[in-house]
Amino acid sequence: MHIPDGYLSPQTYIPMFVVTGTFWTAALRKLKKRLSVKEIPYLTMASVFSFLIMMFNIPIPGGTTGHAVGAAIVAVLLGPWTAVVAVSVVLIVQALVFGDGGITAIGANCFNMAVVMPFVSYWVFELIRGKSTKVARLSASAFLSGYVGLLASAMAAAVELGIQPLIAAAPDGKPLYAPYPLSITIPAMAIGHMFLVCIVEGMVTMLLLRYFYKHQPKLIYSFKEDY
Amino acid sequence: MIQKKLWIGLAVMALMVPLGIIIPEKLGAAGAWGEWSSETLRLMLDYLPEGLQRYTDLWKAPIGDYSVVPDSANLFIKSLSYIMSGLIGAAIVGLGIFIISKSAARREK
Repeated sequence: MHIPDGYLSPQTYIPMFVVTGTFWTAALRKLKKRLSVKEIPYLTMASVFSFLIMMFNIPIPGGTTGHAVGAAIVAVLLGPWTAVVAVSVVLIVQALVFGDGGITAIGANCFNMAVVMPFVSYWVFELIRGKSTKVARLSASAFLSGYVGLLASAMAAAVELGIQPLIAAAPDGKPLYAPYPLSITIPAMAIGHMFLVCIVEGMVTMLLLRYFYKHQPKLIYSFKEDY
Repeated sequence: MIQKKLWIGLAVMALMVPLGIIIPEKLGAAGAWGEWSSETLRLMLDYLPEGLQRYTDLWKAPIGDYSVVPDSANLFIKSLSYIMSGLIGAAIVGLGIFIISKSAARREK
């Protein structure tokens, strides 16, 4: 899901930097307001976790791979705004140091995995959990939070790639950037994620939430509003 | 105490990352959809989109593809190199986020 350089036209990647930049500014402001020194180790671990989990490439039938992002559990545990910062740092390091995702696509990739995913995941978790603290309900909320969050993220990437042929073509009609239309990018990204990678993200989110609920429930951001 | 356990969990994860290259290789899964190299894309399309060509070599990552060894190396060496990349990346990410959060956090006793 890390869009490389050259796949997005400047008409796409520049606005994406602006949009994501707005979220970065707001997220840092919120971090300044709310983050306490005690939470720093958790934030650091959250980022490292997200970085590492993305290294576990999962084979998808059809010859491609996908990977979990970890943004859902980070959003539920530390809040969506904190997740924006934690996952953005990961994606920027991946682009600069490891060439995973393009430099020009940092705005778009951060939007997909570090903005769309944490917020969708957090909303889904809150929506399904309600005010319940029953383990079964929490587990279901966490699973769906990871599942839907990752799917939304993949769909955002699919739309960005799929609109490229509409935006820029050479005089002979050949696309200038990512070559496949929405009718190909959406199913291609959706199927592998829906049947495999989203399930993994959901399971990871659920298992970790249960772990924290048992051992450190006070840490869970989503619960703080209840207290 | 829980923090120590979590760090241990992350360390175990860091040592297990080779699964992320071994399993796909055994099952013949090449890479992520939509993240093809320009050579692969040229083979798929029979041409390389002009705009894409202009950007494709924009950035030379110091540890491209999370690998410090040639692609021809055997899977064991590749696994070690993948773990090494993971540790380097985790250190940079951890340090980066630590600096950002340290400068953002409100002071408490």
